[in-house]
Formats: sequence, C-alpha cells, structure tokens
Amino acid sequence: MDDSLLVKQEGTVDNENELTVWTEYWLDGELVHRSAHVTLKQMPVFAGGDTASF
Amino acid sequence: MTATHNFGASPIRAASTADTFKAALYLASATLNAATTVYSATGEVSGTGYTAGGVTITNATAPTSTNASATAGVGYWTPSASIVYTTVTLTTSFDTVFIYNSTQSNKAVSVHTFTAQTITAGTFTLTMPSNTTTTALLRLATT
Repeated sequence: MDDSLLVKQEGTVDNENELTVWTEYWLDGELVHRSAHVTLKQMPVFAGGDTASF
Repeated sequence: MTATHNFGASPIRAASTADTFKAALYLASATLNAATTVYSATGEVSGTGYTAGGVTITNATAPTSTNASATAGVGYWTPSASIVYTTVTLTTSFDTVFIYNSTQSNKAVSVHTFTAQTITAGTFTLTMPSNTTTTALLRLATT
C-alpha cells in the first residue's frame, strides 16, 4: 500500500482526570487504524470494599 | 496492602507471593459502581485481539507505606508497567478499566474512567502515574 494515501489525524484530551493522545489513519474515507494512549491522573472512581482492607 | 489483596511478597495472610491482578475494559454503556465486587463479563468490551478478562498487570513493585506520625500515613501502589492491549479492534466505545484480583476469586480492586475510546487495528495503552504518595494509582491514607 502506498502510505502517502493515508490521512493521519491526531487528537489530545488533557484534563484533571487524564492525558489522552489518539492517532487515526484514514484511507479513502475509511478508518483503518486508531490507537489511543491514556495516562491516568486521578484516584479510582471506585475502590472495591476489599481494597479498603489492604 | 498485603491483606485481602496482596500486592507484595510479604503478606499478612498465608501466601508467600504477590497475587495476580488483571485489567479489563468496559463499554461506556456499562455500569460499574460500589455494587461491583467481582469481575463480570457483563458490559466488558469484545473484539478482535481482546480476550475476556483483560490483561495481566505487571506488578514488580510491592506497595509502599510512609508514616507522617504514629497514627497517620499513606500506603500506595502502582503497576510497574503500562497496561497495554496490543493490536485490538474495539469498535464500541469504552471508557472504563476495572482492576481486579484474579488470585482472590476475581475480587474488585478499583475502577478508573477516561474519555470514551474506540480502537481500530491498533493499540490501547494505559500509562500509569508516578508511584508516589500523592500520585500513585492506589493510595490509602490515614490521618
């Protein structure tokens, strides 16, 4: 495949909860690749009851 | 952090090695809350390259505790490597990772959310925060 035909798109979400970077590659209007990289910043939304007994 | 869930190798209970912890992904439409006590496949993502139950977490670093006084301190733990789902296709949006103890009957450890994602023939990576008293993935404090 000719890589020059691929259209690359990237995006970022940066807030108090996470830093996310995603990358997409499109070919003729079709999404052929999407990856995401999430860095967690916050404590858990919920920790199980047993967690409290660590 | 070495009682019910043993993140280290010197537990209070009778095991001599750390437990195995896993990370499963859940759909944005799934409900995980205080009533979630064990792993369940209900609401879990499915797709090419993803195995139900998720992936095993790398745990090379035992929990750490620091004491600010005789009665106050922080115990904390963070997986020692990123949680990575390699070459997967997950076309229905997901926004939750559920960490559980597969050694101890799949008991829940914690739930973490993020902006809803899909993955197409790609890799989903969860990078862990620094393992410190103020930023570790799991922190238990007494005051």
